[in-house]
Amino acid sequence: MTSRDKILAAVKANQPDLRPLPEVVIPVSHADLIQKYTEVASGIGAKVYEVESVSQIKSILADHFDMSKRKVTTLADFADFAETDILQLDPHALEDVELAILKAELGVAENSALWVAEQHLGQRVVPFICQHLAILVEREKILPTMHQAYEYIGERDYGYAAFIAGPSKTADIEQSLVLGAHGPRSLSVFIV
Amino acid sequence: MKVGLFIPCYVDQFYPKAGIATLELLEKLGVQVEFPPKQTCCGQPMANSGFSHLTHDIDELFVKSFEKYDYVVVPSGSCALHLKEHLHSTKNPAAAERLRARTYELVEFLTDVLKVSSLRARFPHKVGVHQSCHGLRGLKLSQMSELVAPKFSKPEQLLSYVEGIELVELTRKDECCGFGGTFCVAEEAVSAKMGKDRVSDHVQNGAEYITGADLSCLMHMEGILNRQKSKVKVLHIAEILNSFEG
Amino acid sequence: MGSNAKTAGTLDHADLSDIFNRDEPRVNWHDETLWFVRTKRDRAAHSLPEWELLRETASGIKHNVLSNLHNYLQQFEEKAIANGVQVHWAADAKEHNEIVLSILKKHKITQMVKSKSMLTEECHLNEYLQQNGVGVIDSDLGERIVQLAEEPPSHIVLPCIHKKKEEIGDLFHVHLGTEAGESNPQVLTEAARQHLRDTFLTRKVSLTGVNFAVAETGEFVVCTNEGNADMGSHLADVHIACMGIEKIIPERKHLSFFLRLLARSATGQPITTYSSHFKKPRPGQEMHIVLVDNGRTTQLGREDFRNSLKCIRCGACMNTCPVYRRSGGHSYHNAIAGPIGSILAPNLDMKKYADLPFASTLCGSCSNVCPVKIDIHDQLYKWRQVLVKEGHVSPVKAVGMKAMAFTFSMPRFFAFAGKAGRSLMRLFPFAVNNKLNPWFKEREMPAPPQESFREWYSKNRK
Repeated sequence: MTSRDKILAAVKANQPDLRPLPEVVIPVSHADLIQKYTEVASGIGAKVYEVESVSQIKSILADHFDMSKRKVTTLADFADFAETDILQLDPHALEDVELAILKAELGVAENSALWVAEQHLGQRVVPFICQHLAILVEREKILPTMHQAYEYIGERDYGYAAFIAGPSKTADIEQSLVLGAHGPRSLSVFIV
Repeated sequence: MKVGLFIPCYVDQFYPKAGIATLELLEKLGVQVEFPPKQTCCGQPMANSGFSHLTHDIDELFVKSFEKYDYVVVPSGSCALHLKEHLHSTKNPAAAERLRARTYELVEFLTDVLKVSSLRARFPHKVGVHQSCHGLRGLKLSQMSELVAPKFSKPEQLLSYVEGIELVELTRKDECCGFGGTFCVAEEAVSAKMGKDRVSDHVQNGAEYITGADLSCLMHMEGILNRQKSKVKVLHIAEILNSFEG
Repeated sequence: MGSNAKTAGTLDHADLSDIFNRDEPRVNWHDETLWFVRTKRDRAAHSLPEWELLRETASGIKHNVLSNLHNYLQQFEEKAIANGVQVHWAADAKEHNEIVLSILKKHKITQMVKSKSMLTEECHLNEYLQQNGVGVIDSDLGERIVQLAEEPPSHIVLPCIHKKKEEIGDLFHVHLGTEAGESNPQVLTEAARQHLRDTFLTRKVSLTGVNFAVAETGEFVVCTNEGNADMGSHLADVHIACMGIEKIIPERKHLSFFLRLLARSATGQPITTYSSHFKKPRPGQEMHIVLVDNGRTTQLGREDFRNSLKCIRCGACMNTCPVYRRSGGHSYHNAIAGPIGSILAPNLDMKKYADLPFASTLCGSCSNVCPVKIDIHDQLYKWRQVLVKEGHVSPVKAVGMKAMAFTFSMPRFFAFAGKAGRSLMRLFPFAVNNKLNPWFKEREMPAPPQESFREWYSKNRK
């Protein structure tokens, strides 16, 4: 008997009688989503900008980051601003990226998380290996809670996707919060 | 309504005044109370140590002592909880079942059964309320700080009827004192440390008295206060509710 | 129980707590640090009016999982394989370690990077790989710190919460070359960032834990704040994800409940920085999932204890536990400390962990903060009954208990015993058998009154 069969047999013998999945509706408020989003994101160390145009984003980025360093993006609108040809690279070749500019499919007001899926990343490692990360999200795509987020995501297929909320951080040393653990040191969110 | 008064073993032996105050308080409120003389212990010290199988005779004795009463009232949250959850009888299972439902800790008996809404009591002192865990999380005498739910406190409600009393705010309002039954000796270091920390919360917030519905916790804290030669005293809540200090 | 554990050649929880408590200011610091985390958890929970409904629902989902685990595991396996993932099954820790080693050997790997996985701690994977010539670098900052200190983690979410920044500074000075005396967390974290970045860039195999695995889709979710699981896995040629079989959840949408609860319960954050959904290996990459039993099916069969398998490893029960805060994680001498560890460990080895269910006052705060509503303190009580029946409690205590039960079942003898000498030691005979009465060490005895209540009553009321 393989371990697989042994484990499955033991599970079957020992599991309790079937209990149905709970069916609940969690109350939700759609009020002031942008304000809530901004509050929460700022609270966990992200910078949030409400913007009208791509050129506005570019000028904010140019003000805040070292433009002489390497920038990458998967967004056609930023082709004049950052490298777009990253799909075929060995991921290790991205180690010196200073700024990555990506797009999220949705944002979540309750926790400021942004849903980024593989097809918008170029490479999975991009939002982690860069020193600074900028993510664009459409105003209408800010949803109240994780329940609405997963409803939106539905059954769509992806190889990899992530919720990203704020810059990478740690509080492992005496509960002192430090931004910039292994991933980006900063996150700028542009609500378009 | 006939009430059988259950005085836990250590209250009987070390804190008779709390037992007397409980009895007098119930009598003042017009309740017919009796103390069945053959009672001993609820069995909790054994059960919480893993020896619940040794408590059968104690359970039988309890059922025999109290089966004739409408209610059992206990001035101890922890004993009340143990009885409500674990009292069993092979000789008289129906009586045990009825007693499990009809056993009340003193505070909840006053608020839930007698529905007391005023008391003739006066106690002009600063008092810290110790929420004993079994009373709090077991009997739900107060709302627990961990839960997202409306606040209430039955002991504080009763104490609010006492003239002149001032309740102090604690920094950690419902942390365990570390008594824990046999834990207090089996895990001496942590138990004593928890007790010291709990006492210091009350002292630092200006309490002259620490009160609560469980003398086991209070005995533990009193032991620490006395070792520290502190002037702060412990009193069972019945002693305050039954007090009319000038 | 103390004497039992000591004859086995180890120190039990009470002994280890006693040692921990010799430095009282440090105990205060440890207690305050973790209480701070508990208060952050409270703020996060109280900001959601639906909190209790979320807990109830998450608990219900997990209950469904336990009751249908046989099907969910097969569904998960089927989907994962269809996604291009290689699925392995390990009956115990040994087999888990062997599977990981065999994957490493196949790729001729002698260096691996690992993000936090309590399962691999449970299986003692690092020691095993080291003995077999594989170097492991833990990439979670806290884990890296305890690894450098050659200690196990003391907390499942905050692995080095027992360490002061000065001690971490000393470690980093020796191992990472930071300046002597440097203890600024910002500076130390930056040093670790540089050191581990090299590791990420040079390791071919990355091992991660799994927070949730979705039966419906075959994907698994890993939550970190540092981004270390992602940095490791997206740069490595091989990603190995190890998970206990209880990590399964039925559908993707159920993640919403668990991700809302997990970080809020753990640290008071609204969500971890990264909640990464791994479904397929990236082109050219190999992805493995190791499904581990190691006693979980046994626990599933214990009706009183199976709910412990609902645990999502948030650590809230540790942060709120007044004992844990004052005894430290290492006092539990088990990979998973605190209240949840104390109900999981006896399932693995009753003799070795017989002390843990007694390392609690049964205050119940753990059950109240648990995001999946595990009845932790009730299970501690129930484990005590099991351990006594199975003979894992010291004979000294057992004799004392029998004497006490006898006294309390004999009313006349009880009244006499009280009169004959009104002392705690007489009434609680188990305390006498210790050389020094432990009550008296830091506490006065209650002053004996003139008469007992029953004596007063017989004079005044009848």
